[in-house]
Amino acid sequence: MNDPFLNMLNSVVANATPLVIASMGEVLTERAGVINLSLNGSILLSAMVGVAAASISGTALVGIVAAALMGALIALLLAFTAIRLRQDQVAVGFVLTLLCGDLARFLGKPFNNLPNPIIVPNLPIPILSEIPVIGRVFFQHDIFVYFSVLLVIAVWWWLYRTRPGLTLRAIGERPEAAFSRGARVNLLRYLYTAIGGALVGVAGAAYSLGIKAGWSSSPTMDGDGWIALAIVIFAGWHPFRVVFGAYLLAAMRAIASGIQQSPDIHISPVLLNMLPWLLMLGTLIVVSGGVVERLVRLMPIRFQDSARTLLRSTPPASLGTRFDGD
Amino acid sequence: MTFPTIIRRPLLLLLPVVIAFALTALCLLVLGADPLEVAQTVWEGAFKDTAKLAGVLNFWIPLTLTSIGLIITFTAGLWNIGVEGQMMAGAIAASWSALYLPIPQPELCVVACVMCGALGGAGWALMVGLLKTRFGVNEIFGGVALNAIINTIAIYLISGPWQPLEGGSAQFTPPFPTEAWLPVMSPDFQVPLFMLILAVVAVIGVVLALKGTRFGLELRAAGKSPRSALLLGVPVTRSALLALVLCGVLAGIGGSQRVLHTYHSLRPLVSGGIGFYALLIALLANFRALPVPFLTFVLAAIVAGSTRVSILLGIDQSLIGVFQGILVLVILMTAGLRQPRSDAGKG
Repeated sequence: MNDPFLNMLNSVVANATPLVIASMGEVLTERAGVINLSLNGSILLSAMVGVAAASISGTALVGIVAAALMGALIALLLAFTAIRLRQDQVAVGFVLTLLCGDLARFLGKPFNNLPNPIIVPNLPIPILSEIPVIGRVFFQHDIFVYFSVLLVIAVWWWLYRTRPGLTLRAIGERPEAAFSRGARVNLLRYLYTAIGGALVGVAGAAYSLGIKAGWSSSPTMDGDGWIALAIVIFAGWHPFRVVFGAYLLAAMRAIASGIQQSPDIHISPVLLNMLPWLLMLGTLIVVSGGVVERLVRLMPIRFQDSARTLLRSTPPASLGTRFDGD
Repeated sequence: MTFPTIIRRPLLLLLPVVIAFALTALCLLVLGADPLEVAQTVWEGAFKDTAKLAGVLNFWIPLTLTSIGLIITFTAGLWNIGVEGQMMAGAIAASWSALYLPIPQPELCVVACVMCGALGGAGWALMVGLLKTRFGVNEIFGGVALNAIINTIAIYLISGPWQPLEGGSAQFTPPFPTEAWLPVMSPDFQVPLFMLILAVVAVIGVVLALKGTRFGLELRAAGKSPRSALLLGVPVTRSALLALVLCGVLAGIGGSQRVLHTYHSLRPLVSGGIGFYALLIALLANFRALPVPFLTFVLAAIVAGSTRVSILLGIDQSLIGVFQGILVLVILMTAGLRQPRSDAGKG
């Protein structure tokens, strides 16, 4: 294994991390039945707030906390307008995504291109980082990467192995049934929207205090919020498939930039920028169209059911609807 | 509140505007700018003389065309976020015909360019529609992806194939031949009459079509409840595609105005964010066609006026987005406050 290749794998893990964190937040929110469409703007605004708080206080931790609070605040505003004021979730989320993006550009002006942006340091994990290959790829990162791994496991465990997790899935699928079993549907929806939003905020900080350190008026992570939302659909609202989707996308990006640097292949670098979006469309076509069903039919009958559960992507049944029971 | 309805109604309409102004002023104060000075500069930038007013109208035309197009898609229940990309596609198609399409009669040239723009916008909108109806990709995600893709294509064309052989700027294509410029009303009032008429006709046409035709009724039925519309025999898929194509035509014409008049060349992000302004206008108008031309005029004045703000006071153009975003958000929130609690079960 040569070094450039390991470096590439290492950067795939680093670049996938904010997407994993943001998508995981959205999984929690959407599993509870709320669509938070503000991800793109939320990530930008909390990234900017993270840079601002970190540079004023001088510590990265303050920046991360501020970014998380910003994300939670936006999400709570969305939840309040959608649940209490009964407005369309898609409309509110869309307005918030535009508003937060513009707010970030407008208020972030004093922090544009600061000379020495604060960066969360790399923390190689003592023994594990010495392992050949794997150590280099997985255990020489900043805390965001380790956090994202723990987060995925925690969300999976919470959703599928605990009673509150069962309630969470229930309020997204059959809120009336959950309500009749004593769940406080709208209160829980507020809670999971806020937690999801806080995670989106952390994802913003993972960009601006991590892999894309600093803030500029044309931020490089613009657009990734939409990609995170698409990953959630591609993943069928399942934590492990989110990881697969995010890493697949980061790998494609790494390959694209590898092609750009290689002297033998001549493809316009501008056209390569299209790649994540084409991939997003492609994956959405695969999971939502009839493609999966046609593939499954080709398999032997006894594998068909398990293949279907593995591949298909059905949203929580009550996603984006209101519940007025409590 | 215990105010009688006759006072409460206008109060609730005015309140969001006041709140939006106050919050925007607060943002300006945070950055150390004087809100009153900004407001005055915007006003002068928009209405000081006829040349400034022409600037407002030149922004009003594409903004109105695009917004009224979005009313069609919203009526059909579609979130056409891809409208920004449809403008870009129109701009690219119009630029292509201005640069490369050989047209014998020079007086037909600019009309052909606008028609190409309309076709470009329609084609790009059809992609969003087919992704939705044939491949099950939600129009929001299809639109976002196609927006990004068309912007990349524009940058590719500008920096690569459409550069003149002797070399040029990577920032924009060579200027179009003057036959492809939209003729203006007078040297002091540089507004293309042809486009102005098109925009007015489009507004009237959409208002009438949605109100009084079978097509409008089918769109509204499909928008309210696609399932029941289908059961009643409304061709839901066809009307969704048709709504998108019509919106694409209007957005494409708007995009052509940006290249055939405003810049006389193709540049990256030539749409100037009009697609996103238009989406917020449609929300402000509560998806009704009639208020659109008035709202777009106010916004066009703010946008045209604020080009001076960014030059004189060094304040970023994103201020407009902040103001408009706050306004729409507060309007949504007050609309929620207006509903009595007992209506809860009906939504």
